[in-house]
Amino acid sequence: MKNQPGSLWQRFTLAFPYAWLVAFFLVPFLIVLKISFSQGAIALPPYRPVLDLTAGWRGIEMFLAGLSLDNYRLLGSDSLYLLSYLKSLQIAAFSTLILLIIGYPIAYGMARTPRRLQAVLVVLVMLPFWTSFLIRIYAWMNILQRDGPLNELLMALHVVSTPPVWLATDTAIYIGIVYSYLPFMVLPLYAVLEKLDESLLEAAADLGCPRWKTFWLVTIPLSSPGVLAGVLLCLIPIVGEFVIPDLLGGSRAPMIGQTIWMEFFGNKDWPAASAVAVVLVCLLVTPIVLFQHLAMRSEERS
Amino acid sequence: MPSVEAGDRPTKSSPTLATGDSRRLLRIEGLSKRFGNFTAVDRLSLDIYTGEFFALLGPSGCGKTTLLRLIAGFERPNAGRIVLDGVDLAPVPPHRRPVNMMFQSYALFPHLTVEANVAFGLKQEGLPRGEIAGRVADMLALVKLESLGTRKPSELSGGQRQRVALARCLVKRPRVLLLDEPLAALDKKLRDSTRFELMELQRHLGLTFVIVTHDQSEAMIVADRIGVMDRGRLMQVAAPDEIYERPNSRWVADFIGDINLFEGRVGDDRLSVEGTAAGRLRVAAPIEAEPRTPVWIAVRPERIRLSRDKPPEPENCVSGTIVEIGYLGDLSIYHVRIADGSRVKAAVANTGGNGGYSPRAAESVWLSFAPEAPIVLTR
Repeated sequence: MKNQPGSLWQRFTLAFPYAWLVAFFLVPFLIVLKISFSQGAIALPPYRPVLDLTAGWRGIEMFLAGLSLDNYRLLGSDSLYLLSYLKSLQIAAFSTLILLIIGYPIAYGMARTPRRLQAVLVVLVMLPFWTSFLIRIYAWMNILQRDGPLNELLMALHVVSTPPVWLATDTAIYIGIVYSYLPFMVLPLYAVLEKLDESLLEAAADLGCPRWKTFWLVTIPLSSPGVLAGVLLCLIPIVGEFVIPDLLGGSRAPMIGQTIWMEFFGNKDWPAASAVAVVLVCLLVTPIVLFQHLAMRSEERS
Repeated sequence: MPSVEAGDRPTKSSPTLATGDSRRLLRIEGLSKRFGNFTAVDRLSLDIYTGEFFALLGPSGCGKTTLLRLIAGFERPNAGRIVLDGVDLAPVPPHRRPVNMMFQSYALFPHLTVEANVAFGLKQEGLPRGEIAGRVADMLALVKLESLGTRKPSELSGGQRQRVALARCLVKRPRVLLLDEPLAALDKKLRDSTRFELMELQRHLGLTFVIVTHDQSEAMIVADRIGVMDRGRLMQVAAPDEIYERPNSRWVADFIGDINLFEGRVGDDRLSVEGTAAGRLRVAAPIEAEPRTPVWIAVRPERIRLSRDKPPEPENCVSGTIVEIGYLGDLSIYHVRIADGSRVKAAVANTGGNGGYSPRAAESVWLSFAPEAPIVLTR
């Protein structure tokens, strides 16, 4: 963009997204960051020190002196935290991969459907959103019960002789996550595949490229922005997912969202919960920023 | 439109271009393609010869692009055969056909560099790296893009993209190169120069080109032969000068260039047509039709003379009033209303000649033409 922000309107439209991010991301994050350096206390709010601006410069000094890194040391000392992080990353990575494998063919099929049907298909993909997310997860609890519909079906088909346990397993978490996040994978993929110029595929065939190879050499590279968008849209929220593992998964190896909840509501330890959350944000934001930076660099070079 | 001088056009067809059986490269037999109720190509037959530059010309929707796509294999015919080098192409998928197509949109791969785009087809053939690099470099030099090999298509101008698309097809050395409106996306100046470059390339490489165009001057300039298409059928296949000078029907005569038509009946001497809007019209050669049958006398506007006074010859002249004058710079088109109310178009070259005679609107003038000028059309 070469034009300078001249008019008031232009400045406003440029400033608006930043203002939004500052108000609803940066400020809350700084508050959480501050709490993470505090100590737990039986008080209201349940941590110390509290910044007392009425005491002037001395108040600020007292406040700064009260901050510590103790909560972060705690994260290192108890393997519970490390294991929750690893479990969250593992579940997020695998379920995103499964989502990509299921979502890509769906999006591809949608994009190849006659145009007048495509709008209907998009609505169908979004249809689950019309029911509350929580109710859908409760429905899965019902389906996955010991004597639920899934086991009844498997027994009736003689796939299994004794009903397997689904609930409180990682499999149930995967089922819930893949089911819930599929639209977030399908829609960005569909958006790029739908715009893919069909004459490019014909050109590849014309130049001697068989279909499967054209898919690999043309379709996949050209849909990579959609793949990236879908992966980020799924991966990041799944890492912090709380409801699905809490309702469908077991309690033995919690995901990081459950750990934060436990610290916050179970132990009433706001500072420790904040520290866990801050590390989580850093864990997610750092690779994204790094990736963006590398992408920009390679863009500039070409 | 035509700024093409009709009378003394040099024949372009190269002397080596024989049209015998031995040089036949592509044979299309009774080819039909329907889309639902719409027949895009209708029982079409055509032979294309080795080394020729063939143009498919027709209005939009006449089926010319569909014919090209049938040859490339992107559409499957409902009936008929396409035979290349004696091999029926029906079972051959597009990626195995020894033909290449240059798309109207160019269809360059946006994620690949110019070099990678041009190399794409050679890589599919599994050629050694060194050979691919050499052929790509040679081809980029041929289309004068050697300095832009590492750019992406989005960083090129329209004219450069067109060259990349051309290079990408040519580097495969196809038996037939199919070009779908290759110059349509270029601006006029660039289009004019690129036409001649295209002809040079074709001659230099000795390849067979089949071009689809709706632009008749383009077809006339580049092609050895033109196939004029309408509603899925070939109306006439001939060299450009023949199509212009001896169209085989009113439709072709009207589609190619401008024409004045006078309907009448063949005279008893077969050297005249009677009862036209301009009276009795004489022609130089005997008409190949029975006396009294209805025919049309077709005269190109540039073959009609304009004069203030009645010409000395008693026949092939008619008086009228000028209704409109279209000034085109190099020539002017006069629309003249004659006695029966119809309009006759006459093109006069603005050479300062014509005895300095340049009539104005609403003036009365005489129109005349030589007996050699008209074409007699029976359909």
